[in-house]
Amino acid sequence: MLCDICKKSEATIHLTQIVEGKMFKIDLCAACAKAKGVQEAAGFSIGDLLAGFGPSAEEPQTETPGLRCPSCGMTQADFKKMGRFGCAECWETFADGLSQLLKAMHKSDRHLGKVPSRAAHTLVISEKIKDLSAELQKAIQGEQYEAAAAIRDQIRSLEAKLKRGQTLT
Amino acid sequence: MNVDEFLKSPMDWVETEGPHRKIVMSSRVRFARNIRGFAFPGWAKKAERQRVLEVIRPAVEQLPEMARCFSATMDNLAAIDKQVLVERHLISREHAAKNVGSGVVINDLGTISVMINEEDHLRMQALKSGLQLKEVFNVLDKVDTELEEHLEYAFSPRLGYLTACPTNVGTGMRASAMLHLPGMVISEQINQVIQAVSKLGLAVRGLYGEGTEALGNVFQISNQTTLGEKESDVIDRLNKVVLQLIEHEENARLSLLEKKPRLVYDQVGRAYGILTNARTMNSKEALNLLSLVRMGVEVGMFPSAVQITMDELFILSQPAHVQKTANRKLTAEERDAVRADMIRERLKNLERPREENAESSPNGPMKTV
Repeated sequence: MLCDICKKSEATIHLTQIVEGKMFKIDLCAACAKAKGVQEAAGFSIGDLLAGFGPSAEEPQTETPGLRCPSCGMTQADFKKMGRFGCAECWETFADGLSQLLKAMHKSDRHLGKVPSRAAHTLVISEKIKDLSAELQKAIQGEQYEAAAAIRDQIRSLEAKLKRGQTLT
Repeated sequence: MNVDEFLKSPMDWVETEGPHRKIVMSSRVRFARNIRGFAFPGWAKKAERQRVLEVIRPAVEQLPEMARCFSATMDNLAAIDKQVLVERHLISREHAAKNVGSGVVINDLGTISVMINEEDHLRMQALKSGLQLKEVFNVLDKVDTELEEHLEYAFSPRLGYLTACPTNVGTGMRASAMLHLPGMVISEQINQVIQAVSKLGLAVRGLYGEGTEALGNVFQISNQTTLGEKESDVIDRLNKVVLQLIEHEENARLSLLEKKPRLVYDQVGRAYGILTNARTMNSKEALNLLSLVRMGVEVGMFPSAVQITMDELFILSQPAHVQKTANRKLTAEERDAVRADMIRERLKNLERPREENAESSPNGPMKTV
C-alpha cells in the first residue's frame, strides 16, 4: 500500500479516525507522517491532513493558483501544498471559498469566543455595524421602512459608541 | 532555573490530588495565538522567527505566573531533554524538532507551558490534576489576557484568533482530559463509547500511540472544532461528556468485579507479580501493567497512595526518562533493563494485592464484599 500523500513510499502508518460518525482512513509513509506531525499525540487530527490534501478533500477548488499574499508572498499553490497559511493577511488574501472549508471543518464560519480587549471595542462594534448595514439595505429593498428605521437607529448609536471609545483611547 | 533543576523538581499535577483523579488523570487547555504583522513560524524566514522570539520570550518571562520558570531556546536544549519534555506533555513532538528561532517557557511547577514559534507564534497550555477543565481554562485565560497587554494578537472579529492551520482558527482552543479507562477496555465497551463520543464532535485519541487501542488504557478526549462556539460552551460540553464517561467507567469496573472477580484479581495480581519481579521490560509492557495496578488501586486492592506512584511511573517509564535517569546513552536492551530495575526499586515496599474472598470459590465467580 502506497502513502496517501507522496504516493511513492510504502505506507507504514495507518490512521483511523471517526469524525461525526464518518470514518476516515489514511495511510502514510514514515517520512510524510513525520512531516505532518502524526507522531505527536496531542493536537493532531485527520482534519489537519485533509486541509493539506487539496483536490481530494472536500475543500472547494478555487482556480487561482497564481494568487499571492501581498504581505508574506505565499501563493494559493503553497497553501494547497502545506495546508497552512503564511501569515494573518493570508486569511484575507485567500478568503474566497474559505467559508465552505471552515463550515465543513467547524460548527460555523463565525467566531463566537473571546475577543482581545484591545481589539474588542473597535473591532466588534465596527463588525456589527457592517452586519446591520447589510440588514438595512435588505429592509429598504423589501420596503420594510419601520424595521429599516429601527436598524438605522441602532447603527447610529453604535457609531456614537465607537466615536466615544476612540476619543477615550 | 536550568533544565536539570527543572526536570528534577516534582511534576505538580502528578503529585497533587484533583477531583475524579481515579479516572481523570489530568485536564489540559491550550490556546494558539499569533502576533500581528509577522509571518507564521512555518513560513517565516529564520531572521523573522528570531525577531518574533525576541519579542515574545521576554513578554512571557515577565508574567507573574512565570516568576519562577524554566526558559530556553530550542537550539540550546539537548535532544534528550527535549524528549523528556515531550514525554511530560510540556512541549509537542513537533516543537522538539525545532531549533534556532523557537523557544519554550515553563513555570517551575510544570503546570503552565508556553511554546514559542511552534506551528503558531504562541502555543500556551495549562494543566491540572484530575477533572478541572474550567479551572484550567481560567488559569490560561488569565495568562492570555496578561500577555495581550504586551503583544498585539492577529485577530479578526469574524474569524477570531488567526492561526496557521484552518483547524485552529477562532478560539484557537483545544481542551482535553486524559482518562484512564481499563474497565471499559477489559469489558470491551470502549469502541462503542469512542464512536458515541465522536458523534458529539469530540475526538478520542490514545495518548501514547496512534489508533484507538491506547497503551496503558489511557485515552485523551478533546474538542474537535474551534469556530462557531464560545470557549465556555466547549468546556461545558467536554466536561459533561467526561462526567458521563466517569460514570460508565465506574459501572464497568463494578460490574466486572461483580461478574468476573477472578479475571480482575488475576490480571491485577499478574501485573503486580511481573512489575515487582521482572528484570527487563519495554515501555509498552510497563504501561499496560502499570495501568492494571492503577485499576487495582481504584478497586481497593492497594492503598490509595499507590495511584500517584503509578502515575509517576507512567511518565518515568518512557524511553527518554529512563535514559535521563541512567545519565548515559543506552541501547534499547539496556533501557529495558534500567526500566525494570527502576520500577522494581520503586515498588519494593508495595504489599501484595488484597483479594477479597479470593479462595472461597475456585471455579465460579467469587463474591465481593
